[in-house]
Amino acid sequence: MSLSKIKFDKKIVLSFWIILIALIVAAPTLLPVFRLNLLGRYLSLSIVALGVDLIWGYTGLLSLGQGIFFALGGYCAAMYLQITSSSEFPNNIPEFFALYGVEKLPFFWEPFRSPVFTFFAIWIIPALVAGLIGFLVFRNRIKGVYFSILTQASLLVFFNFFNGQQKLINGTNGLKTDVTQLFGQMVGSESMQRIFFWITAILVIAAWFFAKWVVKGRFGNILIGIRDDEPRVRFTGYNPVIFKTIIFSIAGGLAGISGALYTVQSGIVSPQFMTVPFSIEMVIWVAVGGRGTLLGAILGAVFINYAKSLVSEALPASWMFIQGGLFILVVTALPEGVLGWIQGDGPRNLLQRLGLKRKIETYPSLEVKNKEGNNE
Amino acid sequence: MELLLDSLFNGVAIGSVLLVAALGLAIVFGLMGVINLAHGELMMLGAYTTYVTQLIFKLPILKPFYNSYIIVSIFLAFIVSGVVGILLEKTIIRKLYGSPLETLLATWGVSLILQQFVRSVPLAYGTGLVISLLIGLFLPTTFPSKIKESINFKYFKFSSWIFAALTGVLTGSLISSSVSKLSRASARNVDVTAPSWMRGQVEIIGTAFPKTRLMIIVITIISVIAITLFLNQSAWGMRIRAVTQNRQMSDCLGISTEKVDIITFGIGSGLAGVAGVAVSLLGSVGPNVGGNYIVGCFMVVVLGGVGNLLGTVLASFGIGIMTDLIGAGRLLSIWPDMPLPLSNTINFFATTSMARVMIFALIVMFLQFKPTGLFPQKGRMVEN
Repeated sequence: MSLSKIKFDKKIVLSFWIILIALIVAAPTLLPVFRLNLLGRYLSLSIVALGVDLIWGYTGLLSLGQGIFFALGGYCAAMYLQITSSSEFPNNIPEFFALYGVEKLPFFWEPFRSPVFTFFAIWIIPALVAGLIGFLVFRNRIKGVYFSILTQASLLVFFNFFNGQQKLINGTNGLKTDVTQLFGQMVGSESMQRIFFWITAILVIAAWFFAKWVVKGRFGNILIGIRDDEPRVRFTGYNPVIFKTIIFSIAGGLAGISGALYTVQSGIVSPQFMTVPFSIEMVIWVAVGGRGTLLGAILGAVFINYAKSLVSEALPASWMFIQGGLFILVVTALPEGVLGWIQGDGPRNLLQRLGLKRKIETYPSLEVKNKEGNNE
Repeated sequence: MELLLDSLFNGVAIGSVLLVAALGLAIVFGLMGVINLAHGELMMLGAYTTYVTQLIFKLPILKPFYNSYIIVSIFLAFIVSGVVGILLEKTIIRKLYGSPLETLLATWGVSLILQQFVRSVPLAYGTGLVISLLIGLFLPTTFPSKIKESINFKYFKFSSWIFAALTGVLTGSLISSSVSKLSRASARNVDVTAPSWMRGQVEIIGTAFPKTRLMIIVITIISVIAITLFLNQSAWGMRIRAVTQNRQMSDCLGISTEKVDIITFGIGSGLAGVAGVAVSLLGSVGPNVGGNYIVGCFMVVVLGGVGNLLGTVLASFGIGIMTDLIGAGRLLSIWPDMPLPLSNTINFFATTSMARVMIFALIVMFLQFKPTGLFPQKGRMVEN
C-alpha cells in the first residue's frame, strides 16, 4: 500500500458531499421505515468498521474481538433504557429480574440511572476495556496472529460471561430496548427511529472526520510505521506499546458508539453480538471496502450488510457460500479491497490488459508526474 | 483419594479431547506457521465421516463387521480430512505463505463454505466428491516415471480427473440409493452410536469410567506416539523438521519444500479428522461442532509454546484438569469449610461456561509472565 493516494478533483469531492448530504436528508422520507431502519443499522456498523480500519488497515493489528467493545456499548445504552423505564415494575427494577427472583438492583446498574453517565459510559467503558486488554497484550510484544488469537479468546471470555449471568444482565436473552421509553417516547416507535437514523448519519460523518484526523500527521505516520516495520519504529526511539494501546482503545470507543446505535435501532442487545463470526465479519467489511482507506471501511460495511440482507431474503442458504467466497477472493485477488484497487493501479492495469491503454515502461509514480507533458 | 482419582480422570478425559484436537493444529501452526481457522471444520468432516461409515457398515454386506466400524472410521477420517486439507493447501494456502493474517481470513472463508456444504449437500454426494478428489489428486502420482516426464502428462492428468469425477458420481449415487439417510441434505445434527463393546463403564480402583472416554484417551495416546515417531524417526519427519528450522537452507540441500508443505499440512488436517472421530463419540454431530473447539485448540498451542509437541501435551492436560477443578467446584469438596467469600467465588465459577471464562483469564495472565508459552522457541531474531 503506498502512502500517496491519487488526489481527487475538488469539484468531484464537492459534488460527492452534496450528493451524500442530499441522500441523508432525503432518506427518511424516501425509504419505508423498515428499509430506513436497516440502513441506519448498517451505517452504525460502519463506525465499528472505521475502528477496525484504524487498527488493522493503518496499524496492522488484526483484532478478532471488536465484538466485545461493540456489545459493551450496546449493553451500556440498553441498561440505561431499561432502568429509566422500569418504574411500573416491582421494586422499580427492570422486569426480567423478577424471573430470577432478584429483588435488589446489582450494584453496577446503579450509575446507569444517570443519562450523563450513560452518555460517557457508552464510549469510555469500551475504550478503557480495550486499552487494558491492549496494554496487557502489547506490553509483552505479543503481535501478529498471537494478538488475533488472544483477542478471540477474550471475546469468548466475555461471551461466556454475559451468556451465563442471568441474574446480572439477563444472560442469553439479552436486554430489549424497543419497548423502553426515552424522553417520553417509545424507542421502537417510528418517529424515534427516524431521529436515531439522523443521529447515526451525523455520527458516521463525525467518526470519519475523527479517524481522518487521527491518521493524519505524525501520529498516523507512526501507526503506518508500526504496521510496516515495528522493530524499526522501536529502534528509532518510539515506544510502539503506547501508540498501539491508544489506537486500540480509540477503536474500542468507536465500537462502543457503534454498538449503542445498533442496539437502539435493532431493539435488543444480546451476547450474540459477541459471537466469533460477527467479529470476523467486521474485518471482512473493511477488507472488501479497502483497508487503509477510511471511506472504504464505511462503504464496505454498508454495502456488504445490505447485500447480506438482500441475498438472505432471496436465497437463505447461499449467503454463507458467498461470504466464504468473498473472504477467499478478497484475500487472494484483491488484497487492497475495492477502493484501494480503484485508488491504486487497478483500473490502469485492467485497461492495459484489455488493450485500451498504452503500457507504461517506467515506474507508475514517475509516469503520473509526466502525464500532462508527453502522454495522452 | 477417590475424589482425586475422579478429578484426575475427568481432567485427563477433557484434556485428551483437547490434545487430539490441538495436535494437528500444533503441527500446522507450530511447524508451518499457518493459522488454519478451518481446522475445526476439518474436525467436523472427520465426525461426519464417522457417521457415514457407521451407516454404511449397517448395510447387509458389512453387517458382520459392524462392531469394528469405529476403527475403520479413524483411518477413513484421517484420509478424508487429509485430502480436503491437501486441496486447501494446493489451492489457497500456498499463495499466502508469509502472510499469516491473510491466511487466517481465507481459512475462515473456507470454514464457512465447509459448514454450509454439509448443510446443503447430501452426505452421499459429499462422500462421492471426496472420493473423486482422492483419486484425482493421487492417481497421477502413481503413474510410472516415464509417463510423468513425458510432455503429454497433462493429458494423463486430465483423463485421471475425468475418471475420478465419474467414480465419484457413481459412488455418490450408489451410496445415496442404498442408504436413504444419506440421500437428503439436512442441517440437523446427527448422532453416532458407539458399538456395543464401547458402551458401559469400566471399574478401575473402585471408580467407574465410561468406555468411550477411555477410547478417546487411547486414540489420543496412539496419535501422539505415532506423530512423535513420524517426526523423529522417519526420513520425511526429518525433512519436515529441517524445513521448519531453515527453509532456504533445506531448499538448497535438495529437499522439496513444496512436498514437505503438502505432507505437513495433509498430516495436520488428517489429525483433525481423527479428532473428529473422538468428538463424534462425545455428543451429536452438527455443522458447528468444530467451532466449539477451535479457540481452545489455539490456546493450547499458544500456551504450550509454538512448535513443541511436549508443550502441547502438557498444556492440554493442564487445561483439562483445571477445567474440571474449577468447573465442578472440586476445591469446595476438598476443603468444605473455607471462608464464605472464597467459597462464593468458587461457586460463581463452578459452571462449564464460567470455568471457561476463568481458564482463559488464567491463560492470558500466564502469558503475561511467559509470553511465548511453556517451551518457547529460541532464536536471535528481532521478532523473536
